[in-house]
Amino acid sequence: MILTDDQRQLADMTRTFMGEEGTIKKQLRHWRDIGCKDGFGHGLWKQMAELGLTGLAIPEEEGGLGLGTTEAALVMEEVGRNLTPSPFLTTSIVAVEALKGSEQGKRWFPGILSGDTIAAFAIDEGPHHRPRQIALEAKRSGNGFALSGSKQFVVHGASADLLIVAARTGGSAGESKGLTLFAVPRDAAGMTVENVALADASKAARITFEGTQIDADAVIGEVDGGWEPLRRAMRAGRTGAAAELVGVAAGASAMTVDYLKQRKQFGKLIGEFQVLQHRAAHLFGEIEIARAATFKAAELLDRGDERAGVMTHVAKAKAGRVSALAVQEAVQMHGGIGMTDEHDIGLYMKREKVLDALFGDANYHARMVQAA
Amino acid sequence: MSDLAQFRADTRAWLEVNCPAEMRTPMRSEDDACWGGRHFKFQSEAQERWMRVMGEKGWTVPDWPAAYGGGGLSAAETKVLKEEMRAIGARSPLSSFGISMLGPALLKYGTEEQKSRFLPEIARGEIRWCQGYSEPGAGSDLAGLQTKCEDMGDHWLVNGQKVWTSYADQADWIFCLVRTSTETKHGGISFLLFDMESEGVSTKPILLISGYSPFCETFFDDVKVPKDQVVGEVNKGWDVAKYLLGHEREMISGMGLGSGSSRTLAQSLGEIDDPVLAADVALFDVDALAFAAMSEHFIDQLKAGEAHPAMPSMMKYAGTELNKKRHELIMAAGGSDALEWDSERSRGGKAAREWLRTKANSIEGGTSEVQLGIVAKHILRLPGA
Ligand SMILES: Cc1cc2nc3c(=O)[nH]c(=O)nc-3n(C[C@H](O)[C@H](O)[C@H](O)COP(=O)(O)OP(=O)(O)OC[C@H]3O[C@@H](n4cnc5c(N)ncnc54)[C@H](O)[C@@H]3O)c2cc1C
Repeated sequence: MILTDDQRQLADMTRTFMGEEGTIKKQLRHWRDIGCKDGFGHGLWKQMAELGLTGLAIPEEEGGLGLGTTEAALVMEEVGRNLTPSPFLTTSIVAVEALKGSEQGKRWFPGILSGDTIAAFAIDEGPHHRPRQIALEAKRSGNGFALSGSKQFVVHGASADLLIVAARTGGSAGESKGLTLFAVPRDAAGMTVENVALADASKAARITFEGTQIDADAVIGEVDGGWEPLRRAMRAGRTGAAAELVGVAAGASAMTVDYLKQRKQFGKLIGEFQVLQHRAAHLFGEIEIARAATFKAAELLDRGDERAGVMTHVAKAKAGRVSALAVQEAVQMHGGIGMTDEHDIGLYMKREKVLDALFGDANYHARMVQAA
Repeated sequence: MSDLAQFRADTRAWLEVNCPAEMRTPMRSEDDACWGGRHFKFQSEAQERWMRVMGEKGWTVPDWPAAYGGGGLSAAETKVLKEEMRAIGARSPLSSFGISMLGPALLKYGTEEQKSRFLPEIARGEIRWCQGYSEPGAGSDLAGLQTKCEDMGDHWLVNGQKVWTSYADQADWIFCLVRTSTETKHGGISFLLFDMESEGVSTKPILLISGYSPFCETFFDDVKVPKDQVVGEVNKGWDVAKYLLGHEREMISGMGLGSGSSRTLAQSLGEIDDPVLAADVALFDVDALAFAAMSEHFIDQLKAGEAHPAMPSMMKYAGTELNKKRHELIMAAGGSDALEWDSERSRGGKAAREWLRTKANSIEGGTSEVQLGIVAKHILRLPGA
């Protein structure tokens, strides 16, 4: 795929912006070291709103840029390269995709556009991503629903103004029918939110719903018809996460190639050792392949092509595998210094692990490819 | 009853009486290891008692000569002791760089006086040692080290800096490589022992990506060391260093694998509902069990004096790569639960922190690349390697 001029401009703009404002020193380390409860900075989020990025995927008639998955992936790759913590993936990609075309969209888009609203997505109920197994129950109650059950790995869940919750209104665990998506505001009664720090210093919540009362109009789309928006949102999220993984891999390998050109042992630059050269070259190829798969998935999604589903699984699995290889090679090739907290390279390894698990790990998506 | 059968019966009876119940439970983490030394805070009375009774019997180092605080056991008896300990799930009474690294080097290269002075202390866990090898410019290229050691007539004077000195801030003594001559790279290195409380020694901890901080930068500023604390000949410390590294590699290659638990990874993970992961774990178990067989064979070879001197490199490479893989699989099986960093549920992020720590296995004690280089050069005799 060849980028259009507009896409190239967007990529250049975000590369410059993230490279200046979204750096590890200014964002990730800063928020981590002061023990920030959100794990990201609202200042940067506002700046992203000013650039139009928060509303990148919001339709033009609703005030957004009306762009697609490809553009979102371009942004995500820069986010990955700089390990920039922000709610862009959960809010501007996943939540927006779920809300698109619904009444709830009209309610929440303005806040997302202005950078005031943070959204989180609540899918997983166990340690592994198993969306069809969703059991959290939504029972009709009063003029709405009562939610009971629990969710975990809800990224930014404790910072979110809006939670998009996938629940079961019918069918049984294992089925995609009978699921419903709800837009749950943060102040809903009967909800306990535990903010958990993850290995990469990001935050994800464990949320317990105990008869949480939700209005009927909080339903996104149709009752029992949640699989459609959920699947759309997950595809967008997986492609976004894959692009971020590609950025993580590329960032880690760039840092490593630099190091190979600087570090001397045995009177030589370590980059002169052929063992390391070949591995660096191999990695370069793998990252290019993962990037191609990711952008192919984005392109197919944007075109509404039926092959998009499989390609999304391919992209997430491949990007996860390649990114894991990249960060492991990176730490190894840095030697002892790579094991220190002071050096940035280890941060890539931690981020990779979290991103791989998000919206299904490489194993999960490999299975989906096989089943397709 | 044969002597060995008698020995087994006696050992079993002795362990039954002397191994505290608490020391027969699996270690929960690295923190449960007993390191001994002047500053060590025992986690429990049982931990302390276990180290002491085993130390007094010489069974912290069963195959060292009794004259130096060891158990004086034969290879066969040592094996029986290990088996009997394993049978009751006894923890190792003492983890120590003194035992696994310095001791063997002293036994081979130390003077009579050095052996009788240092070895019994090591056996009883009285002195904790750290290793001062690496320097900022000398990692894989260890012989590139610069720490200066001058002969001042009645003492040595040491100046320089070490890095990655594991537990330097908790150690009592250091075994250290220093430069006593600049004429040749390998031929100007000496192996020196000294007290970390000597004037002019300071340490600064380095935080690891796992959030733990077991190692330090260590600085020597006009440190005076008595003349009789060089091990082996002056300027010939490289031989001692290499010999010791062989033992270090042996130790690291066994870490987390083969030793202790006989449960396979699949058993310890329980039901796995992901066929891709299940296949990976099954293949891992094949590798791990095969490696355990190799470990046993390798130890037998070592004891029989038949191991190629470069074999520890092969073992270190294979063992550490396997251990890293093991923790990758544990993380995959744990899913998002395993990603938690300091929640109570995750026991303070145990899985994630251990996973990150294992990434050092293929770096510490010589990187995997360096081990493969040694195998290529010294075993395969490949040209130019
Ligand atoms: C957790 C931990 C504990 C440690 N504990 C101690 C300790 O107690 N005492 C102590 O003295 N040291 C200790 N070390 C240091 C360790 O021995 C060194 O980190 C190691 O030897 C590598 O050196 P380096 O870090 O300088 O990496 P470098 O030598 O700079 O290596 C960087 C990269 O280049 C590669 N490379 C270098 N040379 C070659 C070559 N010839 N061919 C191919 N590739 C090559 C390496 O494999 C690595 O991938 C510890 C290290 C760690 C991580």
